[in-house]
Amino acid sequence: MSVRHALLALLSEEPKYGLQLREEFEAHTGEVWPLNVGQVYTTLQRLERDALVAAVADGDGESAEPGPQKAYRITDAGRAELADWLRTVPDLSTPPRDDLVMKILIAVRVPGIDVHEVIQAHRRYLIELMQEWTRLKEDDDGADLSFALVVDSELLRLDSVVRWLDAAEGRLRRAFADGWTPALGAPGAHRTGGADGARPAVALPRRRLGTRR
Amino acid sequence: MSKSMGKSKNEAGSVLELRSISKVYGKGAAEVQALRDVSIHVAKGEMVAVMGPSGSGKSSLLTIAGTLEEPTSGAVLINGEDVHAMSPGAKARVRRRTIGYVFQDFNLLPGLTAVENVALPLELDGASMRRAYLAGLAALEDLGLADAARRFPDQLSGGERQRVAIARATVGERQLLLADEPSGALDSANGEGVMRLIHAACKRGVAAVVVTHDAQLASWADRVIFLRDGRLADQTAAPVGPESLLERPSWPC
Repeated sequence: MSVRHALLALLSEEPKYGLQLREEFEAHTGEVWPLNVGQVYTTLQRLERDALVAAVADGDGESAEPGPQKAYRITDAGRAELADWLRTVPDLSTPPRDDLVMKILIAVRVPGIDVHEVIQAHRRYLIELMQEWTRLKEDDDGADLSFALVVDSELLRLDSVVRWLDAAEGRLRRAFADGWTPALGAPGAHRTGGADGARPAVALPRRRLGTRR
Repeated sequence: MSKSMGKSKNEAGSVLELRSISKVYGKGAAEVQALRDVSIHVAKGEMVAVMGPSGSGKSSLLTIAGTLEEPTSGAVLINGEDVHAMSPGAKARVRRRTIGYVFQDFNLLPGLTAVENVALPLELDGASMRRAYLAGLAALEDLGLADAARRFPDQLSGGERQRVAIARATVGERQLLLADEPSGALDSANGEGVMRLIHAACKRGVAAVVVTHDAQLASWADRVIFLRDGRLADQTAAPVGPESLLERPSWPC
């Protein structure tokens, strides 16, 4: 998400003032992401520096500082930048360093920790969050399209994490049933396997994933 | 918790109460313990979702709550009355009059129209055909299905069939709705529609227990219960105000 490009998009309709930009940004994102007016002015300053927007000359003359009295319009370079940004796919090739995934990977190896209990604590929290989003969705009942899109995205994101926890729990159960222990899954052991053919189901990732396109 | 209903024996006013339910299938080496000491209350107007991996006891819980199966030990109370102590006739009446069921595969009778399917439980309960028919029509109208009333199940879409099944489960004075994976094979929009309808029924005072493996569907419930190896492993906390989600720090530039 880029405030920069969101502001360019709003300015592509017509010249606008900072305060107006903030209000429209919030309305267009379903009011899920609050934005303070200071952020708007800072971003406008940078956009102006990069010649992507220009101040609209006002009857009172030009003031150096952006403020409520100053309107902005998008430049041709700004339009080109916006079009480029919309078509550029975000980099999803590298797995994010996910806190939750790390916690489960580590919980498997810490003596005295019940990994199923750790999984359940996270699952419960995720579902409680999903309940809150669902209640918001129900209250709004599709009246605000932007908001509905944001809520769908959040629910699907949280759902995917719950599904991963379900899958992880199933995988760990099978591994424990097969006699897996953290010692068996020590770094280096997971590619070779023991003489008995035991292969751990889980090991801390050692490979660095290359960039895939 | 809703306020006490006065005449019922249980103080909490639960429509459904499961007390220390255990269920064992088979004997000896083939013995499977499906439920272990599970206790649950479901209050009037409350929607509870039950989640858990397959084999965790979700479906057993539902068939026992629906009096379709006896627990090995423990008690099932419907509106404060112990089902085990009821005469067979009284038990059948509770099944027909108080409890509505929604199954994964809808279970509509193919030879009956939508409205006849919905009216059937009332007719079985002794209502006149005309009264049952009118009540069935009203239930379909509530779910936006008045136009489909005279069509047969094979002339309805999957989403419509499921709405008919929900109308049948809530027709009359039913107080307890039990649903096993009610979104079945429906797509996500229709699956969500099903949960909206069940939630709406709860707002009218019906108590509902919905078994699902789908977190998005479960998130419609007031409370989510997690089963694991036949035990009640965990449940969600009481809901907080939804506004908390929108009180977030500002977005970084």
